[in-house]
Amino acid sequence: MPIGTYILISIIKSALVLFILLTAVAYTVWLERKVVGRMQNRWGPTRVGPFGLLQPAADGVKFLFKEDLTPPHVYKPLYIAAPLIAVIFALTSIAVIPFGGTLSIFGLDIPLGITDVNIGLLLILGITSMGVYGIALAGWASNNKYSLLGGLRASAQMISYELSLGLSLVGVLILAGSFSLRDIVEAQRGLYFGFIPKWNIFPQFIAFFIYLMSAYAETNRIPFDLPEAETELVAGYHTEYSAMKFAMFFMAEYANMITVGSLATLLFFGGWLGPVFGPPILQSLLPVLWFLAKVVVFLFVYIWVRGTLPRFRYDQLMSFGWKFLIPLALANLMITALVVAVQ
Amino acid sequence: MLSVHLILFLLFGAVCVAGAVNLLMQRHPINSALSLIAVMAALAGEYLLLGAEFVAAVQVIVYAGAIMVLFVFVIMLLNAGEEERSAGSRVAWLLGIPGLLTGSLLVAWVLLRHAGTDTLAVGGNYGAGANYGSPPAIGQLLFHEFLLPFEITSILILIAVLGAVALATKPETPAEGGN
Amino acid sequence: MVPLSYYLLLSGFLFACGVAGFLIRRNIITIFMSIELMLNGVNLSFVAFAARWHSLSGHVFVFFVMLVAAAEAAVGLAIIIAVYRTRETLNVDRMNLLKL
Repeated sequence: MPIGTYILISIIKSALVLFILLTAVAYTVWLERKVVGRMQNRWGPTRVGPFGLLQPAADGVKFLFKEDLTPPHVYKPLYIAAPLIAVIFALTSIAVIPFGGTLSIFGLDIPLGITDVNIGLLLILGITSMGVYGIALAGWASNNKYSLLGGLRASAQMISYELSLGLSLVGVLILAGSFSLRDIVEAQRGLYFGFIPKWNIFPQFIAFFIYLMSAYAETNRIPFDLPEAETELVAGYHTEYSAMKFAMFFMAEYANMITVGSLATLLFFGGWLGPVFGPPILQSLLPVLWFLAKVVVFLFVYIWVRGTLPRFRYDQLMSFGWKFLIPLALANLMITALVVAVQ
Repeated sequence: MLSVHLILFLLFGAVCVAGAVNLLMQRHPINSALSLIAVMAALAGEYLLLGAEFVAAVQVIVYAGAIMVLFVFVIMLLNAGEEERSAGSRVAWLLGIPGLLTGSLLVAWVLLRHAGTDTLAVGGNYGAGANYGSPPAIGQLLFHEFLLPFEITSILILIAVLGAVALATKPETPAEGGN
Repeated sequence: MVPLSYYLLLSGFLFACGVAGFLIRRNIITIFMSIELMLNGVNLSFVAFAARWHSLSGHVFVFFVMLVAAAEAAVGLAIIIAVYRTRETLNVDRMNLLKL
């Protein structure tokens, strides 16, 4: 298609996806409060709108109007830049995530997803690696020993689990033969024995387990949320932050959760593949609904684990990552490579 | 003639140059570290312009995302603060910056004299196929022609890990005689 | 099309800034970062020539340079930490005696 149309469509897609992502972040917070509340035998937000559905809007207004305090002893440039860095890298990784097949309208074939690069999976790993800076710099710039310790612990945890995250994905890569996320999903089309879908979770269940654990650690969620637990280090790396900057750290965390959930559905659960029927416009939109449904199930599991498990101590957390997950991921990699080579 | 390639090259190149100069000029090491990260990210962009997609991704993951994190950790932990000026460093500034500029201008003049005679300008289609720079192609090369260096670097990294642990652990102090 | 010499110019400038930083700066961590800047300049030159000659060996070399830089950064920073523990300073002008 001509370059002008391409740029216009890309801009529309980016704006739409960004808007949906930010709304999804806000409503993931609502989902978490409701689900954790129900697990703890209480209601969760119910007052603001039906079922508390307008609670994220109320929270947003609160954060905007709160006093934005900048303590005098902080290192100002990095203090202001750190939440920006965290949010920028959290929101960028959605650019390479495809959430549907191809939409054919007005004579144009629009792939559903902002872009598709040959090295999509490597880019997501790279962006996750860069996301460590937001937390490390926030901890240091706050000029406060609790923040520094929390920031260092959080960054050390994140870089340790990046290794097992990457290694768990290599098994999926071997099965699919390409780094492009669209190709990996297309390789999961079809059925085993006529009724089990060919999703990567069946041959790669160990890799999925490792991926799940590493994802919980990367996004600093329970059971790995020692760096930001309120009872531990005051509040970890975001102790000195208030109002919008604090909200930005939380936006980054939930956006990371959504990215990790999307990646899990793309790599292990067949992405947007599912039964489709009906007229062509429905056939293009139903895969997106399947994708969203799978991501919501994954987020629900995330929140369920948050409501249920206690947190790891820091040394248990680090030894789990280095001494258990990485050897297990390497073993999974070797077995997968052997099986594929023998076939 | 102003092609998209040239504009992007100049954009990323400007960020590289600004980051490199900022690394020299800043007094606090954390600012130098952040400008070095900016240089590395801009270099990843340059590698993409040259068709080296795998190398660009590895640059971001390994160099900007792991090695520089190590630098930032050490700067944060040692917390040494801004750098001081001594007599030797003032002389070095006075002689070094003009020296750097002269050397750069000399090299630039030699290189640009031949710029017009470059029969093969770089950037755009390489005529090398869609597989150029892709991970499978580099993997083939790495595990066939470069297998021995690959194995040796794995031993090198093992030695580096052991060395770093041996050097950085605090020496065991005998128990203080408590009264 | 960008001529090859433009890439070599950028690579040479980065290398020169690295050398200048190594000679001028007095903080040992900044000196170490100038070394990394030199290595990055060289990487750019490798990739530019690989594009010129359509050979992927340049990319593999860059891969090895990054590996060696990682190993060197790990060991070098461990040495810096060990030196800081005894001398309490990061200024290279003060690290001029073999024994304190």
